[in-house]
Parts: sequence; structure tokens; C-alpha cells
Amino acid sequence: MSDIEERVKKIVVEQLGVEENQVTADASFVDDLGADSLDTVELVMALEEEFDCEIPDEEAENISTLAQATAYVEANL
Amino acid sequence: MNTKIYSRIIGTGGYLPEKILTNADLEKMVDTNDEWIRERTGIQQRHIAAEGQTTCDLAEQATLKALEMSGIDVSTIDLIIVATTTPDKIFPSTACLLQARLNIHGCPAFDVQAVCSGFVYGLSVADQFIKTGMSKRALVVGAETLSRITDWSDRNTCVLFGDGAGAVILEASAHEGILSTHIHADGQYEELLHVPSGPSKLPQTDSVAERSMQMKGNEVFKMAVNTLSRIASETLDANGMQKEDIDWLVPHQANLRIIKGTAKKLKLTDDQTVITVHKHANTSSASIPLALDEAIRDGRIQRDQLLLLEAFGGGFTWGSALIRY
Repeated sequence: MSDIEERVKKIVVEQLGVEENQVTADASFVDDLGADSLDTVELVMALEEEFDCEIPDEEAENISTLAQATAYVEANL
Repeated sequence: MNTKIYSRIIGTGGYLPEKILTNADLEKMVDTNDEWIRERTGIQQRHIAAEGQTTCDLAEQATLKALEMSGIDVSTIDLIIVATTTPDKIFPSTACLLQARLNIHGCPAFDVQAVCSGFVYGLSVADQFIKTGMSKRALVVGAETLSRITDWSDRNTCVLFGDGAGAVILEASAHEGILSTHIHADGQYEELLHVPSGPSKLPQTDSVAERSMQMKGNEVFKMAVNTLSRIASETLDANGMQKEDIDWLVPHQANLRIIKGTAKKLKLTDDQTVITVHKHANTSSASIPLALDEAIRDGRIQRDQLLLLEAFGGGFTWGSALIRY
């Protein structure tokens, strides 16, 4: 697991209040991890803070798993 | 040497209409449920103005309570500002209607329209009048009947809002009071939170939605949290103060998760944050003076404590006030 993936995973665990082993690469934040629409907004905001970047709303809509979030950060950092 | 003049709060008052609409009541009106509303907003109930009861009626009741607390003669008020998005009439302003109810004559009276930031805007305007010597005693009211511009068939918005009024009386004083106010706007976000029609931009259809509040909730949520945290820093920096100096956060009450997110960034605990959103829902310009009044009357807020007021709303508008109570 890359350093970035570790950091993203830590944020997902904190924001969604789930166990680390639940956050698999392709677990859906909404369908599998119980996130509501505001949780996903808060998650994106936490990622922006952690990686000091801005994630546009239209990009944020496509981030619904750990793998997608990690790929976005790696491509845009 | 001239002594610096401050605007000091000498009285507060709040009024909520009698009728309470609970989440359970809303379950019967739209496809929603108590748990969904609570988890996303923290709201459990809201007050709704009776048929025929107007914004000015609510403003008057809140003002009478503030006058009573202050102990002043109403005729010594020399400025009336009402912050509202839901005025009784297109004109005269609700401030003029309120002036007539108070039976005082001649002093300037006008409304301020900055939606949920309206009270902070009104406070800022009044503070400038007092600091320049234009006014000695100002009445600033935030009053709303948002239920009148709510689409009661839209489950995304109708659960969020309520009616109410809060009033504050400011007096010119050599004693510290309002330390600074900061108000901002950025009109490019008009359509994220708005009522699509109005007295000049007439509705094009019979749809209730066109006459009611429309909101893109997720976008507003994100902007609100980021902006509120930024303005808190701006306010503290302007006064050379630190987060630790704040005794009470008195935020606009839109959503419990926005309030908690902001408090967390300021390192303030729930015990240092005045929260009324669970009981009042979002009453727009009325929410801050209602929260302030509640915490002053129940003894949480004490004289000489440092209060940070902050708001974010349609426009977008946003603002803050740092006050030595």
C-alpha cells in the first residue's frame, strides 16, 4: 500500500467512523460504508486539507471508493 | 483626549411562534423521517408562525423583551435596523412598521437584506453608526417567517427552516463592547441558494418552487464550513487574539454538522458553543440573536466574556462579530 493510500485510508476511517479492515480498495463509501451525502462532502474536504489541494465538485462526484480517492490524489498532487 | 466609543449590548430578546412542527409531523407531509433529518441537520423541531402572523409581529415581541431587559425608555432609541428576507410588505420596510408599533417617531429605520448573514450585517451597520456618533442607542432585529417562502412539498428544503425573531439593543459606551465586525459577499453564487422569483423578476409559471427557497445543499455545506473557518481566523487576527481567547461561539444555526465542523476547527467544545438548531431549525437572520438571547438569559454567557458571532447565507454573504459582552 502506497503512502498516499495509507493517508487516504486513515481519513476515510476517521470521517466515516468505520473499521480499517472495512475500507477495502473498492468498498463504496455510500453503499458499503454507510456514508450519507454530507459525509462524502466532509470526506472530500478532509482530503483537500490533508493534501493541500482543491477538488472541484464535478471531480468529487466521481470519488466513491478508496481506490478512486487515491488515484485522484496521486494524479493531481 | 477622546475616549473610544464602543457599541455595548444592553438588552436582548427573542420570540418564537407558539406552533411547533416536529419531524414526526413532517413525516406525514413529505417522504422523510426523523432519523434522516436528525443525522443530516441535527434538527428535531421548528416553530411556525400562525396564519396571519407576520415577521413584524415576531420582531415586535422580541423587541419588547429586549427593551424590558435593558430597562430603557423606548423613545431613546435613535436607530432601528431589521434584518429580514421575509418582510411583511414590499414596502414600507419592516423596520418602519416596527417603529410604528413601538410608537416612536423620527429616528432612521431601515431593513437589511443579507439572508442568513442579515443580523451580523445589521449589527455591523449599527456599530458604524454608534462609533461615529450618529446614534446612541440602536435596535437591531433579525426576524423571519421563512415558512412563507418554503415549498412544503420539497423534502430537501422544507425540513430545514423555521420562523422566529431576535432583538438586540446597543448603546454607545466607553466600556468595551463590539470589538470588530467583518462582512463579506460574493454574488457569483446566486443560484446555489435563492428564491428564483421576486417583486421584479416575476414568476414565469404557477409552480410553488419558483416562489420558494431552492438550495444546492452539498455545495452550500462545503462553502459554509470553509468560509466560516476562514472568517473566524480573519476576526481573531484583526484583534490580535487567539482561538483560546474565545469564551463562546454563537453561530448562525443552519445545520448542526456545520456548527460542529466550525467549532472543531476553532478547538471549541460543545460546552462553548451555543446551539439552538435542534429546537428552532434555521431561522435565517433570527438565529444568532435568538441563540444569543437564550444563552444570556440562562446565564451561560456572562458579562466581560468574549463572544464570536458568525454567519453564512444566500448571496453568498458571510460575516462575523467579535464582542466583549
